[in-house]
Formats: sequence, structure tokens, C-alpha cells
Amino acid sequence: MAEAQNIPVGSTTAGQIAVAAESTVATRMSAPPSFDVQDFPVPHGREEEWRFTPLERLRGLHDGTAVAAGEGVKVAVEAPEGVTVEVVDRDDPRLGRAGTPVDRVAAQAYSAFEQAGVVTVPKETVLTEPIRIAVHGEGGVRYGHQVVELGAFAEAVVVIDHTGDAVLAANVEYVLGDGAKLTVVSVQDWDDKAVHVAQHSALVGRDASFKSVVVTFGGDVVRLHPRVSYAGPGAEAELFGLYFTDAGQHHEHRLLVDHNVPHCKSNVVYKGALQGESAHAVWIGDVLIEARAEGTDTYEMNRNLVLTDGARVDSVPNLEIETGEIVGAGHASATGRFDDEQLFYLMARGIPADEARRLVVRGFFAELVQQIAVPDIEERLLAKIETELEATV
Amino acid sequence: MATLEIRDLRVTVEADNATKEILKGVDLTVKQGETHAIMGPNGSGKSTLAYSLAGHPKYTITGGTVTLDGEDVLEMSVDERARAGLFLAMQYPVEVPGVSVSNFLRTSATAVRGEAPKLRTWVKEVKEAMERLNMDPSFAERNVNEGFSGGEKKRHEILQLELLKPKVAILDETDSGLDVDALRVVSEGVNRVRETGEVGTLLITHYTRILRYIKPDHVHVFAGGRIVESGGAELADKLENEGYEAYTKGGASE
Repeated sequence: MAEAQNIPVGSTTAGQIAVAAESTVATRMSAPPSFDVQDFPVPHGREEEWRFTPLERLRGLHDGTAVAAGEGVKVAVEAPEGVTVEVVDRDDPRLGRAGTPVDRVAAQAYSAFEQAGVVTVPKETVLTEPIRIAVHGEGGVRYGHQVVELGAFAEAVVVIDHTGDAVLAANVEYVLGDGAKLTVVSVQDWDDKAVHVAQHSALVGRDASFKSVVVTFGGDVVRLHPRVSYAGPGAEAELFGLYFTDAGQHHEHRLLVDHNVPHCKSNVVYKGALQGESAHAVWIGDVLIEARAEGTDTYEMNRNLVLTDGARVDSVPNLEIETGEIVGAGHASATGRFDDEQLFYLMARGIPADEARRLVVRGFFAELVQQIAVPDIEERLLAKIETELEATV
Repeated sequence: MATLEIRDLRVTVEADNATKEILKGVDLTVKQGETHAIMGPNGSGKSTLAYSLAGHPKYTITGGTVTLDGEDVLEMSVDERARAGLFLAMQYPVEVPGVSVSNFLRTSATAVRGEAPKLRTWVKEVKEAMERLNMDPSFAERNVNEGFSGGEKKRHEILQLELLKPKVAILDETDSGLDVDALRVVSEGVNRVRETGEVGTLLITHYTRILRYIKPDHVHVFAGGRIVESGGAELADKLENEGYEAYTKGGASE
């Protein structure tokens, strides 16, 4: 793998705004979305959607050799009163509504899971405590499926907390009724060896608000597909992400916001810090404004902060606009270095080196940490950032 | 009384796979309350002197001593030097994305003063210092030096000088790139600090213009990596009229 000695050489930040009749988002994929794994060829690594991913480290999730094994990954749901928590069979009609798997691993997960979790917040129920879904790995392989559904005008915060060691491929669906408000915090706090590939699909109802905060720290390979589409006008989606990628880790976030309905909003902000040899972060941000989606307002941004030599970032925002009748559309991507000159400047004002680094990283992440709005997760995240930074010095 | 003593300071830098000696034996003593102007042509090593005193890792000290009140400055890390009372106002202040000016100033003041300033008095202190430098209050919420104009960067440096109250302030070409109005505002800031009588000032400049606003007690001509002539304020007038030619022609050898 190419080693980044400095950003212009070692990392890429490629942006594209396409105005086209034919979607390049769709044509870039090697197969159209499908629930059946057989519809996807086994990737060899040169496909557009796989070219950044180290297939050899996926532990067989991509080629059918990873076999789900027993109780190796435990899922526990803790929900306040009024919430229905179910485990259902594959043929439950509530599965598969928010999105269709877009790559082989997501389709593999859909083809292989045995039972699915369904969490339902009835209409007009406003929760004051979060729903917590703990996914804890004890070395097993799991194909998972989870649905979170909010009825009309329901409001909820859901925390999905991934810990331990696992090889996990999963689909998570968020279905928001009209006027519902859902905040989802997905924490990837895996042990070093874990492999986690998942598609998170949200279907956002009329006038509903969806907020996703993805926090990725751990694991050997984490590759997530947060995706949003709309079921009615007046809806909005905010997709926030925060990753801290250490030596040897591969963190990949591939987003799609499909503006398939008029008068919806989306705002995407992902920020990552990287440190250590062969730390690799990939961010793909696709926003598609379909011809019928007049009045769309969208912005997406990715920022990366490289703390040491040897780390690599690939950041690709991609905005496709099929109608000119929109409120706004923009994207930005930038990768910066915490370099010796910044360190010198802060130290020349009396600030010790470790404190200087903390100041920069905390400042970098501050706006996103505030978005979490679940105090214990915020505290854990800040503590985690401190721990990661101590590893640098 | 605080004293910075530089004795026979020799400094090299690595450039193009070669080691080049930039400072070739600098001798200078700066006492609290004094203002020394160091003037010299481009490439004479003035900025190297400033950055070497602050401890920039690019420069290697190969000989000589630097002490502040008898303490060995060269043994100290960059942050220790700042906490010991050295301050360098940089010619090219560095952008630090993600760190707000207010957070930066407070972290720095906490480090230099050894304890966190009391919040209420601190807010007032910063606000007043910014007003004196004609800085808009919104400045405090911007990221350090990010998108600052040349004049804003220099004012921000002098703001730090006023808040950190060092024993010895090194101003590296603080006047460069400033229009007359900005130069006046910045100079007034420096003078406020000088008037306390508690700071020794080392004013490094290429031009005599700033010396109309900040009157030096001593003027030194820097050429070829050392001080080649020292005198009073009248030496600046001579440089104003005659330029540096007398010092560069067949002057210090490479």
C-alpha cells in the first residue's frame, strides 16, 4: 500500500458534480441492488465500490466462506415502556422496506440471517430515554438484521453499541412515519480484530426528521453504508460521522442520500482523525437529486485530520443533480495535517505537546460530539479520544 | 531584573542535503525594560535568530549559550521556554484549524501563568485587550489564524503578547506586510507592554519604518549571521539613509 508522507501525495480528495440524465451513482456499482446474494459476483477488488477495501481482511464476508457460528455475537435490546421489541422470522413483511442491499456483503447478510430484530415505537409516542441495542461480539460470525420503526409523530433516540470481537455483516433499517423524529447513534467501539460491514438504510416519512450519528473507533475493518431516501416531502436527514482511525485500521463510510421526493433537506458532516502507520480512512459521499426532487436543499462535507505520517485518506464527494429547480446543493472535502509547525506554534505559547494535540483534536470533533445528545455516549467518546491521543504521544 | 544573554550562538540548518551555518557567533544581552532593534538585509539570519531562541526544531544549535536569568534556555523544550518567559511574535503565524482563538488564548494563559485565569476577570481582560487592538469581538470565535488577513494575524500576535506578559519578547518582522494604520495599532500594543518596564524587547525588522513608532534603546546591524555594528537610535537613521550596502558588499563571508 502506498504510504502517505504528506497529504498531496498520499491521499486523495476527488470531488465531482455531475449533471446527467443517467446516474453515475447507479452505474458505478457492479450490480443493481438486490436482496439475493447470487445477484452479485464475488468482488475481486477492482470494482468501483470495492477498490478501497482490503478484501483479504473481510474474513470471508464477501465470498460466502464466512459461516455464521452459534452464539458468538449477542444482541440485547433495552427499551423504555411503550416500545415493542420483537424477534421475527425472515418472512415478516416489515423487513426490507427501507432499502435494498447494494453490495454483495449486504446481500449476503440479507440472504443468510435467520431471525431479525424489530423495534417499534408506536405513533405519537415520545420517548424521553434512549432505546439501547447492544451488539457484543465474543469471537463469532453473525449475519444480522434489525428494523427500527417509528409511527407517525413518534420521537426516539436509539443507540446501537458495537463492542467486543466479531465478524458481522448486517442490514439495519430505519422506517420513519410522517412527522416522526429519530436520532440514531451507532457506535463502532470494537476490539482490534473485529470486522464489521453493514448497510444502514433510512426511509424518512413526510415532514419527518432523521438524524444519524456514526462513531467509528475500533475494529480491524469497518465498512458502513449509511443511506437515506424519502417517503414524502418536507422531510430532512442529517448524517453525522466521526471516526478515529489508528495504525493498521481500515474505516470506510459510504453514504448515499437519494433525493427522490421534492422539498426535502439533507446535511452530511463526517470528520475523521487518523494516526499511525497504514491507518486508512475512506469516505464516499454520494448525493443524488432526482429530476422530480424540486426544492431540494443539500450539503455534504468531509474533513480529515492526519496526525502522523503513514496514514492515508481517500475522500470522494459526489453530487448528481438532475433538476435545476433546487434551493441549494453543495459539497466540500478537505484533508489537513496536524503538522510540526502547528505544534511549534502552540508550544511557543507555553502549551505542552500532548495538550496541544488534544486541543486540536477536541476542537476538530467538538461540533460533532455535541450532536450526539446522549450524555453517557458523549462522555465515553471524549474519554475514548483522550485514550487514542495518549497512544500517539 | 530579567536578562536574556546570548553568547557566541552558532546555528546550522539542513537544506538540500547540506548543512549550512546561518548564525556565526551572535552576542547580545537584552535586559528587562530595554528595547533592541535588530536590523539587517534579507537572508542575514535575523529570523533564524528569532526561531532558534524559541526552539524551532528546524534549527540545530552547534555552539554558544543562551540564558534567561542564568537558566539554560537551550536545554528547554519549546513550551518550557515560553513558560520561562520568552515570547516570539511570528512573522508567519500558523493556522490551527478547529481551535478557536478564545480556547487557544485561555489554554495558553493557563500554561504560562501556571493556573487557569478566573473566568470572569479573564473574559474582561481579553475583551479589553482586543478593543485596544481594534479587534472585533467575533474574532474570539474564529479558528486560530484561519482565514486571517495579514494585519489580523499580527494583531493576534500582539494580543497574545499583551495577555501573556513575557519577560523577553522577540518580534520577528511584526511590521512586514502591514499598512500604516495597522502598523500604528500594532506598535501601540507593543508600546503598552514596553511601558510596563517589565519586558525586554527584541525587535527584528528589515525596515526602519516601525522605529518611528517604537523607539529602540539600541540598534544592531545584523549581517552574515552575526551582529556587525551596534549603536543607539541614530544608527537606524544611518541605515535609513544609506541602506545595508556597506554591510553586505564584501562583508561577511558565506
